Amino acid sequence: MGEVLDIDRIRCDGHGLCAELLPELISLDDWGYPIIEPGNVPPSVVEHARRAVDACPVLALRLARTAALAPR
Amino acid sequence: MSDTILWYATRGAGVVSLVLLTGVVVLGIVSAMRWQTASWPRFLTTGLHRNLALATLVFLAIHIVTAVVDPFTALGWQAAAIPFSSSYRRLWLGLGVVAIYLLLAIVVTSLLRPYFGQSAWRAVHWLTYLMWPVAVIHGIGTGTDPRFAWMLAIEAGCIGTVVAAVAWRATGAQQTAWRRLPAAAPQAQKWN
Amino acid sequence: MELIARAAGAERLSAHLQRLGPLPALSSGALIAELEASGLLGRGGAGFPVGRKWRAVAERAAGGAVVLANGAEGEPLSFKDRSLMAARPHLVIDGALLAARAVGASDIIFYVGAEHRTAQAALHQALAERPGDVRRRARIVTAPSGYVSGEESAAVHYLNAGDARPTTTPPRPFERGVGGRPTLVQNVESLALAALIARRGHAWYLGLGHGRARGIGLLTVSGAVNRAGVHEIELGATLSDAAGAAGGLRGDVRAVLLGGYFGGWADLREHWGLPLDAASMRTRGLALGCGVVHFLPSDACGVQATAGFITYLASQSARQCGPCVFGLSAIAGATQRLAAKSPQPGDLDRIVRWSGQVTGRGACHHPDGAAALMHSALQVFADDFAGHQQRRCLTISQPARVAAA
Repeated sequence: MGEVLDIDRIRCDGHGLCAELLPELISLDDWGYPIIEPGNVPPSVVEHARRAVDACPVLALRLARTAALAPR
Repeated sequence: MSDTILWYATRGAGVVSLVLLTGVVVLGIVSAMRWQTASWPRFLTTGLHRNLALATLVFLAIHIVTAVVDPFTALGWQAAAIPFSSSYRRLWLGLGVVAIYLLLAIVVTSLLRPYFGQSAWRAVHWLTYLMWPVAVIHGIGTGTDPRFAWMLAIEAGCIGTVVAAVAWRATGAQQTAWRRLPAAAPQAQKWN
Repeated sequence: MELIARAAGAERLSAHLQRLGPLPALSSGALIAELEASGLLGRGGAGFPVGRKWRAVAERAAGGAVVLANGAEGEPLSFKDRSLMAARPHLVIDGALLAARAVGASDIIFYVGAEHRTAQAALHQALAERPGDVRRRARIVTAPSGYVSGEESAAVHYLNAGDARPTTTPPRPFERGVGGRPTLVQNVESLALAALIARRGHAWYLGLGHGRARGIGLLTVSGAVNRAGVHEIELGATLSDAAGAAGGLRGDVRAVLLGGYFGGWADLREHWGLPLDAASMRTRGLALGCGVVHFLPSDACGVQATAGFITYLASQSARQCGPCVFGLSAIAGATQRLAAKSPQPGDLDRIVRWSGQVTGRGACHHPDGAAALMHSALQVFADDFAGHQQRRCLTISQPARVAAA
């Protein structure tokens, strides 16, 4: 059981708040769009991940439960 | 409690609310324009926008409660809850009640955005452009300090700031990433 | 030849029935079992096992599924689907009817590209020859022109909302598609092959093929060949066989584009004996995709050809996802500059970085295909790209460098 960051690429408009709030897992490409580390969100940053999800101006980010542990 | 203190509290909290609300509106525009610098990240704008809005609610609560319990104004709770039902300055006070309801709708949909969904949230949030002028007019109409220079200065400052911010939004271009990094995408076109 | 005909014009119903007999009376379960046993892979480009796809839809259908016969064929170098529909529309209709029975679908939609007029006319005429109950359940819908309108979520989106742009998945069409119902989106060639397998049994299909590959398929062979066009092969036939079927190579050829704009370049000398089937190609990092085989003559510059393809792909972005819109545009720009021998310093490195950045970061696989094309071009035409970064075209300056295939 774990949580993964799921992104709706069509909704995403490159605002970049997610990368500011979760630099451990999210960086921005040359055009300001998020590159997300695949795999489970480490428990140490889950709260930051929730804040990043909350901060997205277009609700493109989601924290989803996974059935099995994805490799990190 | 002395009548005078309640009266000052109402007016003071009202002015503070106006200034805070002006800050909230301007920060909302700054956020929509995606403005940022190396030392002022986006989340600072959005965080401040949210915190100032919640602070505004606190001062509005003081403003309303002190106004209602003040025996001098003879306002009952009904006047605060139902627009245009007071005998004292019916129109201007009523506008204040309207503004409160609009603000509450905006705040509630924002706090519960995942449940309301993005389009509903956006539609309600645009009501800010109605809510803020109504609040300002309420302040001017009900205020007893209109002839004091400092009050006029505050009102002018708030109105000027919002007008400037709206003008910026209406005419300026968003600071999207591809504008900041032109070398990366020389042929990029804005879409939609 | 099963899928293509020598005679011009569409095959009429009477000729079709005379040639192949009536539609087999197999049950849903039996049909799916035959397809699974045959190992038939989808022909739209993804190569997904057809039997498994039908089973997935059947399990969710409860009688209200939809069959979407995908004949959009947005890939500019592919002509097989429109040729198949134009020549043997009844075979395609049979496939759709069998699919509808197998997955429990009440509606059939033939999604045909807007420019494929002959195919549309042939399907219209063929449907008119069918009995009323078939005509009532089936309709032909014109797919908007454009590369991505044939993508499965785009097709469903178009039918639901008139917008032929891909959507975020999940849910995938087999779970919720047209009208919210489980939808089988299947390429028309796959349906035609399913119709043949249903009549002749999976053993017939398994009896065809070369080497370890099984079955038959259509290729669109183009470029430096004498008889460009749609050719039917037994899978596992080699690239040289395909060239031979197309009348042989015309002159010197050093590179071939396999799978379409969405595919990749391959060095011809290295892969002249390449068996054309999914498994063999996958082990070499190549893909058959939708069966495009395009030979690039040696006197054509690989950088320029690639610049043309990537510019087209960038223009065909649905413009919904930032990495695709900006990434492909930037890659195309840099490739154009290289092709014109007026690059900016670092353009080659930028192409490599950006291609890596766009992969997997769109709602659909359009940027992935473009990135894969660039990656293969940078490998096969490595010397040419390096030369262009130094403002020199090796093809023009060193024609003697290229040996005959």
